[in-house]
Amino acid sequence: MSSASNHEIHVDNSLSGLILKHTEVPVQKCYQCGKCSAGCPVVSEMDYPPSLILRMLQTGLPEMEEKVLRSYSIWLCLSCEQCISRCPMEIDIPKMMDYLRQVSYKKKMVNPRAKNIVRFHKAFLDSIRTTGRLSEFGLTVDYKLRSLKMMQDLTLVPSMISRGKLGFIPEMIKGTKEMAKIFAKTTGLKSEEEK
Amino acid sequence: MKLGIYPGCSLTGSARDYNESVFAIAKACDIQLEQVPDWNCCGATAAHNMNKELSLSLPARILAQAEKAGLTDIVIPCAACYSRLMVTQHELNNDPVLKNRISEIIEMDFKGTTNILNVVQMIDLYVSPVLKEKIVKNFSHKVACYYGCLMVRPYKVLQYDQHEDPQGMDNVIRLLGGTAIDWGYKVECCGAGLTMSKTEIVGMLSGKIVKDAARRGAQAIVVACPMCHSNLDMRRPAINEYIGEKMDIPVIYITQAIGLALGIDEKTLGLQRHFVPVKMAEYIPPVPESKKQKAKEPTNTI
Repeated sequence: MSSASNHEIHVDNSLSGLILKHTEVPVQKCYQCGKCSAGCPVVSEMDYPPSLILRMLQTGLPEMEEKVLRSYSIWLCLSCEQCISRCPMEIDIPKMMDYLRQVSYKKKMVNPRAKNIVRFHKAFLDSIRTTGRLSEFGLTVDYKLRSLKMMQDLTLVPSMISRGKLGFIPEMIKGTKEMAKIFAKTTGLKSEEEK
Repeated sequence: MKLGIYPGCSLTGSARDYNESVFAIAKACDIQLEQVPDWNCCGATAAHNMNKELSLSLPARILAQAEKAGLTDIVIPCAACYSRLMVTQHELNNDPVLKNRISEIIEMDFKGTTNILNVVQMIDLYVSPVLKEKIVKNFSHKVACYYGCLMVRPYKVLQYDQHEDPQGMDNVIRLLGGTAIDWGYKVECCGAGLTMSKTEIVGMLSGKIVKDAARRGAQAIVVACPMCHSNLDMRRPAINEYIGEKMDIPVIYITQAIGLALGIDEKTLGLQRHFVPVKMAEYIPPVPESKKQKAKEPTNTI
């Protein structure tokens, strides 16, 4: 039942239990001092501040857990690590956020306002999956197609080219097959060879 | 002196200026930089947001490549890459099961023995000791050293400098004859990975940083991270929109500041590639012969 009542740390089937199991982050240890929320650079844009996310998870209530997984906050978190550096209980909130994002994505519960953030991450990973290194030009074009934000940053292109900051030809590493394997094994996406 | 280097993707593209200045000062100080063979992207924010195993495997491959090439010490100029590789090595060294699993994924031996340095650590070890004899003009500017997040955090893993008020770059600036101001946004986040997906948020976060530095009279913001640089420099239109006025304070890399003091020309340091024009050299008065001896001794080192 509600493990928040006695602050016991144990693994159960609640989301906080899963967090503890997979990341060893003890959500139940939070005593709501609010330092994480006070120092968070994006707290003003969040739907729930980090300390509230922790409190919601502590309740262990399914409806609260769903709200967390559907929140905008978990995607807005920049992993700047300010919260963990100030937390008196050393609760690794960024690590917890990573886990929450992954669950939210797998369960198709990504907040509508965070769709472009996810599109950007996917475009980024697709870019390195094939070449091994990030092509900033390729990423930009790919992200624009996915997000349909075609006009954004268009004015930057000529000035980036004149400064030699935009390479059009992606750098290929020799170990592209190794990269494909790493992606296949970790994401379950099949490599070109296996297809 | 030979040292391995992991440049990371930014340094081949939008942060070419950083790459050029790192190599320029290394050359001037007789440091031979050897790239990690066939290095790949570290996965950055995208990987650790989306997939834990992937976010550990990509940096592990880089480190394994460095180990295979016999590079025991590597410098990582990009603060984001530095943080990812440090975190990976830390996590895998503390979890043998995970270490085995990741070794299997990358199909390479991973020992976890590489000594990883950020750019300021490289400077402290190999540049600062020879700086006194090599400075040709003092970098006599008042600047705001901006560390951002990933050079100092997560503190438990990196254990570099003081995470709330780091001094590494400030000390380098003092050695160069400049002044490092006290200010409030040294370790605040610039918005990093949201630069394309949430530009308005980056405008706000970076705007606060630029505004505070300018308000306190800094002539430039000094950085050691390509993400920080592109957000503070390339995203200046979004910043200006947030602040409501045009800010012309330039953003330079710590390696460019050193390069200027060493008398390396601006083009070699990539200063012409910045979006906000940098005219630091114009302010720098040459050190008169009579005072040269004095200039060699840093006056206000803490």
